[in-house]
Amino acid sequence: MLTRRIIACLDVRDGRVVKGVQFVDIVDAGDPAELAARHAAAGADEVVLLDITATHEGRGTLLSTVQRTARRLFVPFTVGGGIRTADEAAAVFDAGADKISINSAALARPELIGDIGSKFGAQAVIVAIDARRVPGLPVEAAEVFVAGGRKPTGRRAVEWAREAEERGAGEILLTSMDADGTRAGFDCELTAAVSEAVQIPVIASGGAGNAQHFTQVFREGKADAALAASIFHFGIADVRALKEELQRDGIPVRLPC
Amino acid sequence: MIAVVDYKAGNLTSVMKALRAAGADPTLTDDPAVVRRADKVILPGVGHFAATRFLEERGLKAAIEERIVAGVPFLGICVGLQWLFSGSTEAPECAGLGAFPENCEKFAPGKKVPHVGWNSLAIRPGSRLLADVPDGSFVYFTHSWRAPVISATVAVTEYEEPFTAAVERGNVMGVQFHPEKSGDAGLRLLRNFLELSGC
Repeated sequence: MLTRRIIACLDVRDGRVVKGVQFVDIVDAGDPAELAARHAAAGADEVVLLDITATHEGRGTLLSTVQRTARRLFVPFTVGGGIRTADEAAAVFDAGADKISINSAALARPELIGDIGSKFGAQAVIVAIDARRVPGLPVEAAEVFVAGGRKPTGRRAVEWAREAEERGAGEILLTSMDADGTRAGFDCELTAAVSEAVQIPVIASGGAGNAQHFTQVFREGKADAALAASIFHFGIADVRALKEELQRDGIPVRLPC
Repeated sequence: MIAVVDYKAGNLTSVMKALRAAGADPTLTDDPAVVRRADKVILPGVGHFAATRFLEERGLKAAIEERIVAGVPFLGICVGLQWLFSGSTEAPECAGLGAFPENCEKFAPGKKVPHVGWNSLAIRPGSRLLADVPDGSFVYFTHSWRAPVISATVAVTEYEEPFTAAVERGNVMGVQFHPEKSGDAGLRLLRNFLELSGC
């Protein structure tokens, strides 16, 4: 049976993890390669590295970070953040990424999705969508934001997801900006709206606070995968512990892992 | 020498990396002469079945056929497994190797396609490739076309319907999933393949 995926996410700046899942007994909590390996060992089905570096110098360190991280990782490895061209994507693949995630660049130039997909396969292209609900309007009106959620685009998330699929995206990474950081649960309604609008898998992100939230987003949100970051600071030991709870809830997960 | 055939279909970094982790020193090549010297051949692939046309155009198909007849172990991964069959409805104009006469088809409508993620293997006994891989092991898939279950199928996976996750007949082997992305089970399989001797 196809299992629901739990994806560990590391936010990296200038080659160091600045946020995201950490382990209490780790010596150097800031090293992406070490943390990624730990997540994989702890049962993460995939690892995502999001580069949030603002400086040009910092961007240069990304490829060596990807290379070091990929070397020890034998689960799917996605890299996102600041990829603007097919050439930049190619360099990230060469460094060892299995998939890349694009967001603002795909909105600015939607052909980029197909450009990368035609060379590396649709399965290697994740389109990340940051969406916010419009108060008083149905979920279908949720709007896409770029620039780290600062800039509205006027695009509707459900429509943009559908277009991304048509243009050859392999998966959608959907972050609810309303839920993000609240630890009050995923936006299941928004996730379901997007998941039902497309045939490709949808990864839910934003709002995880406990295991029950994952059960809800898999069941009501119809998510194919869910991204977990800071949840592991708050009472859930690691991905394996989370999966054991999900299994008790009847959600198919990769266990043992 | 272990030849990993580069037919310009996607990213081969992960396959090379996993083979090195499994103890091999693989050679990435699109040169039929190199394939002819190989004592193991791996055909990876993420991408479109039409990309296998390159194998024919470059003379790689003939080189691979020769090696298989010579008894050299061959492993096809993902599209590389599908290529072992007669062909695929994804690119009907491209003939596969035809080691197995059946055809690959797209998943029937109903579930989400592509089939992406970790799914389990129902392993049939007697496979050298899957020796010591526990029945029920999870492995990572990403594909929209699949091969039917045949007599040479050594592992079956269910996604709406059963399909061939691994096939093996003598020295000819293929896996629909990505061993290079399948954690310990995948590395075990790659080690098994590397330890095979020709027949």
